[in-house]
Amino acid sequence: MSSAEPTRRDFLYIATASVGAVGAAAAVVPLIAQMNPDASTIAAGAPIEVDLAPITEGQVIKVFWRGKPIFISHRSKKEIDEARAVNVASLPDPESDDKRVKAGHEQWQVLIGICTHLGCIPIAHQGDYNGYFCPCHGSQYDTSGRIRRGPAPNNLPVPPYEFVSNSKIRIG
Amino acid sequence: MSGQSTYQPQNAVLRWIERRLPIGGLIHSSFVAYPTPRNLNYWWTFGGILSIMLVVQLVTGIVLAMHYTPHVDHAFNSVEHIMRDVNYGWLLRYLHANGASMFFLAAYIHMLRGMYYGSYKEPREVLWILGVILLLLMIMTGFMGYVLPWGQMSFWAATVITNLFSAIPVVGEAVVSWLWGGYAVGNPTLNRFYSLHYLLPFVIVGVVVLHVWALHVVGQNNPTGVEPQSDKDTVAFTPYATIKDAFGLMVFMILLAWFVFYVPNYLGHPDNSIPANPAVTPTHIVPEWYYLPFYAILRAIPNKLGGVVALAASIVVLAFLPWLDTSRVRSGRYRPLFRQFFWVFVLVCIGLGWLGSKPAEGGYVIAARVLTAYYFIHFLIILPLLGVFETTKPVPSSISADVLKGKGTMAAILLALGLVTLLGTSSPTVAADADAPPMNKWSFAGPFGKFDRGQLQRGFKVYREVCESCHGIQLLSFRNLSEPGGPGFTPAQVAVVAASYKYKEPNDQGDMVERNGRPADRFPPPALRFPAGTPPDLSVIAKARGYERGFPGFLIDMFTQYQEHGVDYLVALLKGYENPPAGVQVPPGMMYNKYFPGHGISMPPPLSDGRVTYTDGTPATLDQHAKDVAAFLAWAAEPHLEARKRMGMQVMVFLIVLSGLLFFTKKKVWRAVSGHA
Repeated sequence: MSSAEPTRRDFLYIATASVGAVGAAAAVVPLIAQMNPDASTIAAGAPIEVDLAPITEGQVIKVFWRGKPIFISHRSKKEIDEARAVNVASLPDPESDDKRVKAGHEQWQVLIGICTHLGCIPIAHQGDYNGYFCPCHGSQYDTSGRIRRGPAPNNLPVPPYEFVSNSKIRIG
Repeated sequence: MSGQSTYQPQNAVLRWIERRLPIGGLIHSSFVAYPTPRNLNYWWTFGGILSIMLVVQLVTGIVLAMHYTPHVDHAFNSVEHIMRDVNYGWLLRYLHANGASMFFLAAYIHMLRGMYYGSYKEPREVLWILGVILLLLMIMTGFMGYVLPWGQMSFWAATVITNLFSAIPVVGEAVVSWLWGGYAVGNPTLNRFYSLHYLLPFVIVGVVVLHVWALHVVGQNNPTGVEPQSDKDTVAFTPYATIKDAFGLMVFMILLAWFVFYVPNYLGHPDNSIPANPAVTPTHIVPEWYYLPFYAILRAIPNKLGGVVALAASIVVLAFLPWLDTSRVRSGRYRPLFRQFFWVFVLVCIGLGWLGSKPAEGGYVIAARVLTAYYFIHFLIILPLLGVFETTKPVPSSISADVLKGKGTMAAILLALGLVTLLGTSSPTVAADADAPPMNKWSFAGPFGKFDRGQLQRGFKVYREVCESCHGIQLLSFRNLSEPGGPGFTPAQVAVVAASYKYKEPNDQGDMVERNGRPADRFPPPALRFPAGTPPDLSVIAKARGYERGFPGFLIDMFTQYQEHGVDYLVALLKGYENPPAGVQVPPGMMYNKYFPGHGISMPPPLSDGRVTYTDGTPATLDQHAKDVAAFLAWAAEPHLEARKRMGMQVMVFLIVLSGLLFFTKKKVWRAVSGHA
């Protein structure tokens, strides 16, 4: 067949092939989608509430949300001042401390405790900046969880959270 | 294998590859240019169908394996997790389970085609034997796969089938213990069956490669049994056979889709929705329908070793078919006497299948023995004698000389009816020691079924106020109550419901503290504990119960999509308390129930008129309570029912449209070769 424009026969072939292709594509969707987080995993990742009352000043506790460790730090005045005294522009990942806490609750720092280098959990109250020290490759974070020295590129991330009362936060 | 290929790729990259690894030429000579007899009928599409079904099983199996846990404490729940939580998990599971049935259906049709047309005869003996090996591998794979959900049938099938090996003299017990990895079927058994169930399909792929290779060396048989003599007898595989296979495949997919979307539990057994209990054997153990004929043969022989030998022999005898059939004429089309015996054989197999589903008592035993004897007589006596004594019709001189008549249609219809009957033998056979419950009208029945939200909410209220103190529903999560396709509570209402349940958990110091339930939690275990026998969990009870449908009900159900056996049973049970008839006594401590098997039930009548107050104005009668809680339990067992039926409609429409397009495309493609002598 060497006609210039598609004939009725070609139209049938094109139609069949297109419908077949649509079916094949639709059949692939569940196979890919089944690997996405399932409903129970998503439900287990619902926001959690943490009571801050038992956390004394200077203490850092660790809770889990969505499988990730969350540092909740009750900062002393000294730690807050140290965080505020830094020249923000000189930081590897410039961010001022007041953007990393909630207004009126500066003593509470909530961070995702995963080093932004390759994923180890840093150790609290260690390192030259009295913040966090990652033992895997030596990254050092300050009292605001910002990267100061070492291979990590970014500050420790702040998860979504809000104060439901003065002594309780909801993370997520 | 490496003949001179006519394949010359135009593309330079393809030429580069072809010179180093001639895979393009291999595919071209095997599946494009390959000369195929031009007179093949649709029975010849089942090889292609089987290949695709193997791919379907492999793909669905591999993705299911990402979510399944092969441990006795977690297997059943992991399957329910797939059904409830995994995205499209219900679809993958139903595809895999019903796909296995369709795989066997296609395999039996493929084998019967071979037996009718003499495709096992010289020079295709090795091809046939490879096919018998494939059947054996399929049987082993299917058996181990069925054990994995760890339901009652899974466990007891594992026990019975592994115990077959104890019939072997001297070493039998050691072999069984070796298979089990213990003193009974247990976790080691489940784990190794999982490993082997994952392995064997790839062995099947390897043997399929050998099977297709053996086929291509000798060429396909055809309905005349006369080998192709010239180019006029054959057509190129692509596009002629390819398009015909594609059409046959799509029609077969419609059948698969029917089961997956509308009657997904029809071919299964309700007892497999009961978690495995090593202490209690189901009253009527049956394998899946595709093993029923062999099961009947096994039970027919009254001797233990004899039964096992007969079972093995019933498959092994197939391998000797090329030598047992002595006829010089290949195709059954020209063997009028053989044809009659062939159809009798098909009926015998279907009869054996039906008998396999019946209890081994009375007349059924005699019938099974007669049919088992006939099965072997067919192979060992009838076929050899037929070849000697039969007067055959003249065989055409060539394929192109043969005038094709539409003989196949009647056979197709009869075979279809027979196979529908065989599929129907999977219908539940709860013994007649209880009355069959009346059928109710359910809003969620049929292809357009939807749950009545109000009914589900009332049913949930009945569950909480009446059932929950004794019956857990631990596979259900609170959040399910607000998900689409269910009772339709709001997330706020669900949070309130969840908070009304208490959970004990260790805190950071290790002390047990109580917390309120959260929407993500599952329902907790029931409050009351029972010393002897826990009341069953209700999560899947609507699927775990059924009743004997009898003839012709069990066949009609496949078409009317009756899947509500369990739900109707629950309603009848809840309403079925009455005084025992004269002369009938129930054991002390039990109550008489018309629909409970054995009639003596430990649960006192839980419902009565006005037992639960309804806030939507529905009359609070016992009948209404029973229906509402049964509907709620139907949803709890199948929370994705509405999504399943909705997708089913889309898939069926798509498949019918595509089948139609493929039918016309096939006709157009074949017009080029029709009418040629």
